[in-house]
Amino acid sequence: MTQALYLRNATLLQPSRNLQTAGELLLANGLVHTIHTGAAGALDQQAADLGAQVIDCTGLYIAPGLIDAHVHLREPGQTHKETISTGTAAAAAGGVTTVVAMPNTVPVTDSVDLLRFVQSTDRDPHVRVLCMPAATVGSMGVELTDYAALQNAGAVGFTDDGKPILDDDVMRQALTAAARLGLPISQHAEDTRLTVGASINHGPVAFRLGLRGMPIAAESGIVERDIRLLEEIERDTRLKPHLHVQHVSTAAALESIRSAKRRGLHVTCEVAPHHLAFTDQNLESPQSSHAAQRFHAYDTHFKMNPPLRSAQDRDGCIAAVLDGTVDILATDHAPHAAWEKNVEFERAPNGITGLETLLGTALRILHRDHGMPLGKVLALLTSSPATVLNLPNFGGELAGLGSIATGAPADLVIFDPSKAFSYDPSTSRSLSRNTPFSGAPMLGRIHYTVAAGRVQFQQNS
Amino acid sequence: MSSTSTSLGLLSIADLSLLEVNSILALASQLEAEPHGTRIRRLDGRRVALLFYESSTRTRTSFELAAKSLGAMTTLVSDKSSSIEKGESLHDTGLTLRALGAECIILRSNYSGAPDLLQRSTGLPVLNAGDGMHQHPSQALLDLRTLLEHWNLSSDISETTLAGKTIVITGDIRHSRVARSNSMLLPRLGARVLLCGPEALLPEDALTLAPHLEIERDFDTALQHADAVMMLRIQRERLSGLSIDLPTYIAAYQLNARRIAPYPNLLVLHPGPMVRGLEIDSTVADGPQSRIERQVTHGLAIRMALLHRALIHTGSPA
Repeated sequence: MTQALYLRNATLLQPSRNLQTAGELLLANGLVHTIHTGAAGALDQQAADLGAQVIDCTGLYIAPGLIDAHVHLREPGQTHKETISTGTAAAAAGGVTTVVAMPNTVPVTDSVDLLRFVQSTDRDPHVRVLCMPAATVGSMGVELTDYAALQNAGAVGFTDDGKPILDDDVMRQALTAAARLGLPISQHAEDTRLTVGASINHGPVAFRLGLRGMPIAAESGIVERDIRLLEEIERDTRLKPHLHVQHVSTAAALESIRSAKRRGLHVTCEVAPHHLAFTDQNLESPQSSHAAQRFHAYDTHFKMNPPLRSAQDRDGCIAAVLDGTVDILATDHAPHAAWEKNVEFERAPNGITGLETLLGTALRILHRDHGMPLGKVLALLTSSPATVLNLPNFGGELAGLGSIATGAPADLVIFDPSKAFSYDPSTSRSLSRNTPFSGAPMLGRIHYTVAAGRVQFQQNS
Repeated sequence: MSSTSTSLGLLSIADLSLLEVNSILALASQLEAEPHGTRIRRLDGRRVALLFYESSTRTRTSFELAAKSLGAMTTLVSDKSSSIEKGESLHDTGLTLRALGAECIILRSNYSGAPDLLQRSTGLPVLNAGDGMHQHPSQALLDLRTLLEHWNLSSDISETTLAGKTIVITGDIRHSRVARSNSMLLPRLGARVLLCGPEALLPEDALTLAPHLEIERDFDTALQHADAVMMLRIQRERLSGLSIDLPTYIAAYQLNARRIAPYPNLLVLHPGPMVRGLEIDSTVADGPQSRIERQVTHGLAIRMALLHRALIHTGSPA
């Protein structure tokens, strides 16, 4: 269906070049039809000829739609938590126009049939859904899935997310097989032998709360092991395997990644906004001498895996974003029903929602608090994920994601980068509300999200 | 947000100001001294539920007797004989008890933080009877009362009441809610608290429980300074893969006749259950320096006070 949109009188943001210019866009047939840089109104006649709907973008920025490389959509199997439709509606509300769906569905997305199910338009997605199917059958860490067939069906990488690939040989096989296809292995770096019964970061907070802790080494140890495997494979074969490390939460793991990158290995990594925003101290009531000052300790909305770490690790994550060690931000959006979270802390499932608080948290912490240029922050959410996912290599529509380009998919976020507000979970489009960001300060109000040329989200106020 | 501001449950010893500890101690003494006929009318007809997800002898019985001594009706729900076995959540169990008229819930749970959840779910005052490895506040209060009584100190406590006293807590501190509660309370009254145990059972993180805590890994050195020693059981059910060589542990940390011989004034406490022959030998447990049975008796008085405080929303009984 032909539908034209005229985004009039905006500031265009090209994150890959950290470029901001006055300009406007004409969108037609789901693609960017014309880009004009300069004063407003130059496209008025052309827009009228196309019968375009006009959106006045005065005072607003237009950036490429965000790409979130780590999202749990819960379908098939757990549609009381989220569906592909509701999850992608939440994505649109967060300015996200491409999500990469994780495979820990029920059953595990480990076959071409299941991959097609997730990617089908029958699921009524509001934004583009890419998939990383399971790296091993059933994510059991034993036998590789059919990488070639899954690639043909659209896989952008392989992961057993939620679980690590622990066995050295299996991980070596996975990295090698994926490297032959030019795809990444995305690793949930957790040595689960060191985290039995643990529900929080190891350290003084865990001790005071009487909870078992996950040591830093459980994360950094697997990252170091995986980097060793990359070196071995590079040495023993002509392949250049690509390791993507998910939701890194410790300064130690980031230091290993920093060093591996310097040595020229193909390692990329993501950090989640909550690891920049919170620490394990958010789980503890203040050492107060009076009951009235006690706040909600053991809040399961602050429980996820990897856990919130110490202030040093949080600062290490921020530093690694600022110095470029961290390639992308990704949410690990992990919806759970309220009743599932309303249990004893150790019994609660891991994970929090994140799609709708991604941009506001990233801009507040990285741009406002740490002075990172706006374009650089947006790059972590657009052009960099496109690069990490090797989207230019896919050709076709995917090649144009993460930038504003003529002929590329009209996936765009239109926002006011200077608008500060508090996040209100009751506005969420997700089926679930398990967010630690309730009432948290945000910077950057999204006014419209356009996916494939259609307005998929519009701010009410 | 917080329901603790309106209900007087007790989740953590950290929730109590010294003033509140004071009034609990005073209330305990007053209730203990009252004739049965007066006391029995204090909570006449009030409903108290005991919700026990973990086995208990002392704590459960003393809470139950405390409630009954004040005239309250009690009902015991344990995981072995209830819908908990069928998978009913703590939230739903709490709502059920509230719907049946419970006005206060005493909870013991294997899960740290469970009392916080139950109090939020029900809006009722919850008395923490031990949650996982986290807190056991009534135990800390009864231990304090035991110490004050023996040392003939006023129960009108202040920041200096225990100044000059050294209390050694020995054993499996890592897994002990009793150690956590005592380590947070006793220093606030001016006591010097030494934590004693091997690295595996006593990580350095324990020092962050309260200001001025110290670790002394050598038990005999620690005892040289001690006015009282609290012995803890090794919690086999929580060791989770940790292996402790028992002969080595006993040699280093058992409280036995030989070890306390030089210290005839040393007080010996143990929250129970004891494992005789492991952390403590019978000569000491049953000896003249032991206050272990006295602790149990004080538990009754303290728990009467906590129940009264939870259900009667005025300062002291008139």
